[in-house]
Amino acid sequence: MSGAVSGPLPDRKEAEVRRMLAAPRPPVPADLADRAAARGRRVLHRRRLLRLALCAVLLAAAVALGVWVAARWPTPPSAPPPLGSWGIAPVVTRGPR
Amino acid sequence: MVGARHEAQERRRAREFETFTAGAAGRLLHAATLLTGDPAEGERLLVAALARTYADWFRMRGDDPYAHTRQELAARFAHRAWRYRRPRGGLLDRLPPRERLVLVLRLYEGVPEEQAAAQLGLPPERLRTLCLRAVAAMRSRT
Repeated sequence: MSGAVSGPLPDRKEAEVRRMLAAPRPPVPADLADRAAARGRRVLHRRRLLRLALCAVLLAAAVALGVWVAARWPTPPSAPPPLGSWGIAPVVTRGPR
Repeated sequence: MVGARHEAQERRRAREFETFTAGAAGRLLHAATLLTGDPAEGERLLVAALARTYADWFRMRGDDPYAHTRQELAARFAHRAWRYRRPRGGLLDRLPPRERLVLVLRLYEGVPEEQAAAQLGLPPERLRTLCLRAVAAMRSRT
């Protein structure tokens, strides 16, 4: 290793560290993939439940909105008062003012 | 009908995932162990990252599952970096978590500088500085 200020090129330094990192590889436990898959299935299950819950909430909101709109809808004007025998509305006599 | 198709899709997911893990787990486990220092902790980190890959298998849309898992691994490690602050042994024992992450992504995994910077949410110059510092620290250890 040179004692110069600049030292070896960065690429060479990096290659040295790269070799250090690559050295020993631990054995992979046999059940690692199975454990990961089981956990992944749980994640999927949770996502599915969450989606279902969201759909239920949206549906409930839609129904509530429908009910609210129906309740607030202006009722059609009530039928006009029946006409008299002459085809004109009977005169409503008012009491004294 | 829908149930049968769903079943078939889940079987395909499990099969493809198994093939992927058989090929990639060794390398990923080494990366995770370099990050955490402790083999058991590395294994836990990898299982969590792989579980996400399993769940996202059909969502990746042609994305490389290896890159997806690596990204998940890095994100999980960065998120829980405070946990790994205390040295736990291993080759990168003396480096702070972020330098470990930079070193593993850049030099062990060979992720390009811009991509690694984007993954860690750092400017490229900062990443380069961290990498140089980590390399110097690694070479100074005897």
